[in-house]
Amino acid sequence: MPGSTRVSALPEVAVILPEDLPRSRLPGRIRRNTALLVGGGLLLLILLVALLAPWLSPHDPYAQDLVNRTAPPVWMNRGSWLHPLGTDPLGRDYLSRLLYGARISLLIGISVAIISGLIGTTMGLLAGYFGGRTDMLVSFLVTTRLSMPVILVALATVALVGGSLWVVILVLGLLKWDRFAVVMRSATQQVRSLDYVAAAQSAGASTPRILLGEVLPNVMPHLIVVATLEAASAILLEAALSFLGLGVQPPLPSWGLMISEAKAYMFFSFWLIAIPGTALAVLIFAINLCGDGLHDLLSPEGRS
Amino acid sequence: MRPLPPGPPGTPPRAAPAAADVVLDVDGLDVDIATGQGTLHAVRDLTFQARRGETLCIVGESGCGKSMTSLAIMGLLPRAARRRARRLAFLGEDLAAATERRVNALRGSRMAMIFQEPMTALNPAYTIGNQLMEPYLHHRGGHADEARTRAIDLLEKVGIASAAQRLGQYPHQLSGGLRQRVMIAMALMCGPELLIADEPSTALDVTIQAQILRLLAQLQRELGIAMVLITHDLGVVARIADRVAVMYAGEIVEHGAASEIFAMPHHPYTRGLLDCIPVPGRTAPGGRLGTIAGVVPSLVGELKGCAFRDRCRHAQPACAQTIPVLGAPPGQRWRCILEALPATVAAEPA
Repeated sequence: MPGSTRVSALPEVAVILPEDLPRSRLPGRIRRNTALLVGGGLLLLILLVALLAPWLSPHDPYAQDLVNRTAPPVWMNRGSWLHPLGTDPLGRDYLSRLLYGARISLLIGISVAIISGLIGTTMGLLAGYFGGRTDMLVSFLVTTRLSMPVILVALATVALVGGSLWVVILVLGLLKWDRFAVVMRSATQQVRSLDYVAAAQSAGASTPRILLGEVLPNVMPHLIVVATLEAASAILLEAALSFLGLGVQPPLPSWGLMISEAKAYMFFSFWLIAIPGTALAVLIFAINLCGDGLHDLLSPEGRS
Repeated sequence: MRPLPPGPPGTPPRAAPAAADVVLDVDGLDVDIATGQGTLHAVRDLTFQARRGETLCIVGESGCGKSMTSLAIMGLLPRAARRRARRLAFLGEDLAAATERRVNALRGSRMAMIFQEPMTALNPAYTIGNQLMEPYLHHRGGHADEARTRAIDLLEKVGIASAAQRLGQYPHQLSGGLRQRVMIAMALMCGPELLIADEPSTALDVTIQAQILRLLAQLQRELGIAMVLITHDLGVVARIADRVAVMYAGEIVEHGAASEIFAMPHHPYTRGLLDCIPVPGRTAPGGRLGTIAGVVPSLVGELKGCAFRDRCRHAQPACAQTIPVLGAPPGQRWRCILEALPATVAAEPA
């Protein structure tokens, strides 16, 4: 039939809308999105700093300078440009450790979000789309998972297997999928009942195609928000685990570990705890702001 | 009713329907839905055919099983619903026995559906162009440029101005009427032989309704497709139907050519429906329109006899027995014990 169906346009039909609705442009919408600009900017800065750490850091983060132990940052008395953020009690350059620590934090945040995101999104999509027994099974798994406190299970596992960066990432990734599953499940249930899913079926789309092509793009805004929240919480959890001595092992420069090592000097050299603490707070803030902005940007209603 | 439309040049004028013209053949279709209270018989023993170049209107009030029928044909029933049929054939191919893969290949390509609610039937995450082109590329393959050309062609044909620019727009940027036009264009992308339209104009305001119906009727004539139009609006039926199936409580109670049914309804329900709409010239100004007292019976559990007997003024004890189908297949058929309605009914006050 295609090809043979060229017929005249209908004359009697009036055009209802004004000729040209301006197609909303992405750059303009990004520029108006303050949360995304600030959060994304900060996050990009931290990401760049983490990637360029070997070139940016003035010293080897593991090299000890025993003459200059617990040196204060440059803006305080006795501070010097040799160690702009001072040194830790072993005389290691604090700025270098902070820069390398950003790598660890980001690596953990991103990997955990990806691992748990994959698990949780798959479960949530299947449960929300198929319902019935699948839904019951997923709900059961989510409830089971929620009944175990993350930090306790993580502590137990790390204590059993021994702490290392990858153990922490795996344990957190396998533990933090619950929110993905819950949010994806309810978002999918909503989308599933809409006509365009039935329309896709009536257009001959297979189930995997509908799940990935029709449902997933429409639940993506929720997914991104959860992913950012989970990345931020994974970074905090790693810091907590490292603080308790069961996360990333010294001498790796993790921010949580730095806070932990500094707690004994809190009253004498407060910057030791304040600097990584501030860095952590800024990173979490940037990630959350970025997630908020992305949600506004990606939700279909925001496109007008 | 309406003069036979002139076919496009090159196509032969419409002849009497032959067996080869049957696009959709439904015989004894049942849809049962399992509910907490028992089995709900949503569709019972439905038999009809849709022919090439013909519009079949399925008309009935809310909850009479119209939409379930369309979903059953497309194989889109909800999980709780079961479909049974003596025969459910599309172009001679048994749909009930077809594999999921085969049904998916037919859906969208050779049979298409237009949904009631244009506001939710388009995916908000994709542009119009994307949604128009994807099924075409999926079913027909070919180059994206080809699909694009066809999409622009069809958008122009359904009366959308500056079609090329529309391709880049998202559904929320279009009004309801435009979206329904896009839905129609989308259904026609692969050149289907069967088009099922489930209340395509119900969600639109009245002026747009008329435009959409005219558009559907014109496209159906030009393209020579078989159209099954599901509606509760007899005004719509009068305007575009070739054949009419009147449904009540999951059954077809009367079936025949639109002209015959409007001229001489045989089933009391059809008569009741016709009495509800004003006819210029025949209905006295200021006079009362007819109503049908009572409500649709529950379809849960075992059903026997005529479902309309509680609301029918001609009800007799025999109505509780199995009801015969009167009339002969090419002409009008009705499911009633009465050979003909008493002529006085129309004059009676409601």
